[in-house]
Amino acid sequence: MSYKTLVGLEIHVELMTERKMFCNCKNEFGAMPNTNVCPVCLGLPGALPVMDKEAVEYAIMAGIAFNCEIDRTIIMDRKSYFYPDLTKGYQISQSDFPLCKGGFLEIDSEEGAKKIRLERIHIEEDTGKQIHTDNGTTLLDFNRSGVPLIEIVTKPDINSAEEARLFLEKLKNTIKYIGVSDVKMEEGSLRCDVNINVIDEENNIKSNISEIKNLNSFKSVVKAIEYEEKRHIELLNSGKNTEKETRRFNELTGETILMRKKFQASDYRYQFEGDLTPIHLSDDWIKQIESSMPELPDQKKKRFIEQYKITEYDASVLTQSKELSIFYEELASLIGDSKLAANWIMTDVLRRLKEEDKEISELNLTAQSLAELLNFVKSGKINNNTAKKVLREMLETNETATSIIEKHGLIQISDEDELERIIDEVISENQQSIEDFKNGKDRALGFLMGQIMKKTKGKANPNTANKILIDKINGN
Amino acid sequence: MDITSLKSWELREKILKKEISSYEVTEAFLEKIDEVEDEINAFITIDAERALESAKIVDQKIMEGKKVGILAGLPVAIKDNIMTKNLRTTCASKMLEHYVPPYNATVIEKIRIEDGIIIGKANMDEFAMGGSTETSYFGPTKNPRNKSVVAGGSSGGSAAAIAAQEAAFSLGTDTGGSIRQPASYCGVVGVKPTYGLVSRYGVVPMSNSLDQVGVFGKDVKDAYIALKSIAGFDPLDATSSKKYSLEDINFEEISLKGLRIALPKEYDELRVEGDQKIREIFENKLRVFENNGAIIEYVSLPYLKYALETYYLISTAEVSTNLSRFDGIRYGHRALEYNTLDELYINSRTEGFGEETKRRIMMGTYALSQGYKDEHYKKALKIRTLIKDDYDRVFQNFDVILSVTSPILPFPFDSVINSPVDMYKADTYTVPVNLAGLCAISVPMGEVDNLPVGLQITANRFNEKKLFTAAYGYERSAK
Repeated sequence: MSYKTLVGLEIHVELMTERKMFCNCKNEFGAMPNTNVCPVCLGLPGALPVMDKEAVEYAIMAGIAFNCEIDRTIIMDRKSYFYPDLTKGYQISQSDFPLCKGGFLEIDSEEGAKKIRLERIHIEEDTGKQIHTDNGTTLLDFNRSGVPLIEIVTKPDINSAEEARLFLEKLKNTIKYIGVSDVKMEEGSLRCDVNINVIDEENNIKSNISEIKNLNSFKSVVKAIEYEEKRHIELLNSGKNTEKETRRFNELTGETILMRKKFQASDYRYQFEGDLTPIHLSDDWIKQIESSMPELPDQKKKRFIEQYKITEYDASVLTQSKELSIFYEELASLIGDSKLAANWIMTDVLRRLKEEDKEISELNLTAQSLAELLNFVKSGKINNNTAKKVLREMLETNETATSIIEKHGLIQISDEDELERIIDEVISENQQSIEDFKNGKDRALGFLMGQIMKKTKGKANPNTANKILIDKINGN
Repeated sequence: MDITSLKSWELREKILKKEISSYEVTEAFLEKIDEVEDEINAFITIDAERALESAKIVDQKIMEGKKVGILAGLPVAIKDNIMTKNLRTTCASKMLEHYVPPYNATVIEKIRIEDGIIIGKANMDEFAMGGSTETSYFGPTKNPRNKSVVAGGSSGGSAAAIAAQEAAFSLGTDTGGSIRQPASYCGVVGVKPTYGLVSRYGVVPMSNSLDQVGVFGKDVKDAYIALKSIAGFDPLDATSSKKYSLEDINFEEISLKGLRIALPKEYDELRVEGDQKIREIFENKLRVFENNGAIIEYVSLPYLKYALETYYLISTAEVSTNLSRFDGIRYGHRALEYNTLDELYINSRTEGFGEETKRRIMMGTYALSQGYKDEHYKKALKIRTLIKDDYDRVFQNFDVILSVTSPILPFPFDSVINSPVDMYKADTYTVPVNLAGLCAISVPMGEVDNLPVGLQITANRFNEKKLFTAAYGYERSAK
């Protein structure tokens, strides 16, 4: 039997607004516990919420970026449950009327471009944080209470762990582009739950949906999906089935563990939040937000292909992260050569990033410092191979290209008289190769150029040297 | 001169003319409290020291010829569900028996700006649930007019404080009649303003789509001054109106001539047993309006007959979530014994809340539960809209609607508290006003069996001017 995996994701993203969603407290990560709190976000008796405009604006930006339909009326609901980090006994969220409906995000899957459809994006407030101490007491920090969140819910369009990873990468990247969140999973500004089951369409057999929580990295998401896929298939193959349940991913073992069974859907007794009257959004405001939106990854990719005449593959890689795309554009403009810039980033820079698992901003490299190096290449003062060596040293020592080149005396020998002298030496020492070349063995030329480079410690200007060499052989 | 028997607007003039000081007035009211409070129990907490301090500051201002606020150093009693910074605020519940808020409600800030003197926190039904102040954890309030009957509720302490001359003004809250009914029972004036006229920030909600802070005074002008001091937009309350505020009224120019009065036919069908004598007075008083040139006509509001059921579904549903924050975690009563988190919640809430509060939380939770929500809560929301539409239609052609405030007389203690449905029925005339977000006032209209009864005047949303016009016109002519 062949099974198809169906994965739907629920993603919470904290919005990087100046203030919290319903009060004037600062929205910042890492402050001293319970310093950014007030009667409203502490849920003190009598305190009332007032909607923060920026939170709505950011959520709308996300909706636009994910191609959603934006509702023109914001209706908030109370979602009731008791938990120590929830200050009011209900969370202000959205139930029947999410701010953004539908939408999609396109990923470059193994089988080509694929649209992952979204169910909805709604806005809600974050809860406080529980800190369990060693002596068994639980401390509560309400700095996060009332921080604005968007919850993005996908349709079960994701069919593999790899697709889930690609989707999350693209989602993270897109949100970074529009700048509404720093989307750091390790700081909790991006959180993801997985809903998964498998289906044998031919025989109409399917497993019950498991919900997986406690996923702290994209790697965990991938591992959890792979683990669950296997578990679901094995159970079905042995004539059993999974149960509707919530499971927890254990990072150490790579397994999922039962948290609780879902005998029936949780009853959150949603109720209209009368403290916040419905807010009507004008078309003008939405248009204004739309027109002030930064360029999105797909738009930028298209532009790069047209403007910089680079390949679709290069454009797609260079726009994968906002920082990288900015780096590329700066570099291309500084050196006035978009292809050279693309080549260098696609090879040497990206290799380095991959090796060290870093972001471009974490390297000892700016577009300016790389441009300085590449200008040496462009003007023929150093050759490509030398430049690669210089780049490595730049990354390690954080020195400028100029100082490294000067320190090691790497400027190419372009002086024809000096080159002629060296080439004459090489010719006289390698008569056999000259004969070979004359007899049509092109390889011999490479060997001779190698000898020239050896004598000049790689500093010979390859173009000039090549020309002199051929002239001399032919002239002989 | 018995200071406490004077109307507030009279006292205000005397203070401004320096015939008497705020300190003397405050002292007089505090003395009155000392004298009667053991019996009346209008207050949960009295703040004598700070009240006198504040009075001194106002007097100083007057001495220096500085501008003085509209409340001019007069003592105000505050219902105990309104947050007062550093002054215990209990909601008359064991749950908040020791709760001292770190912030002021917006109405308290306004009262301070207008130089009102906060004299104490008034008794009430627990979390404003009840119509007799008998559900207070701190014992019931007695009716100053007849101590064997209740003062009404839920703002019973605020009404009694005026009737017993323990404060010049008082603040209450009204969710389904909680200002108007006790005003009627205690023979004072009580105003429930339009939803959105007064900030609810810092007021512990019972049913947040129905609650509104209002005022009590000895007469209509007193009530107006008090309301003037607290009305207006508040950026901290998203439901407060930016567009409307309380207009200035020249009471000398008020006339009932041409006032268009509507009498809903449906009220005849909704009459309760034993309201005959109250009804007679009401019909008598209609002549006061007619004799002064008002025009009275019968109208129909067909959906009024569902108002009580609609009110109890919506209000309890909101109660159930509004009271969820009292969980024993961050403040309020926490049970001493519990083994699990669930037990902490259950034991704290079981011990901290009284019977009526628990009854309404349960009803509301039920109304919102899966499988029941559509036929209860959602249907109630629809009928609420229809009731609103009924009123909108009437107010196209009429200025005010008249009715009795309560169809039953102030009742003896322990007589109806154990039959909640009977108690709920007493709200027949008051709840529709909250459902439609209108404004209404109860003014004394006489006595039945030596007990005060009130006349309820209702006006359209943000038409407080018409409300005070009708009420003052009546009060002046009925003398």
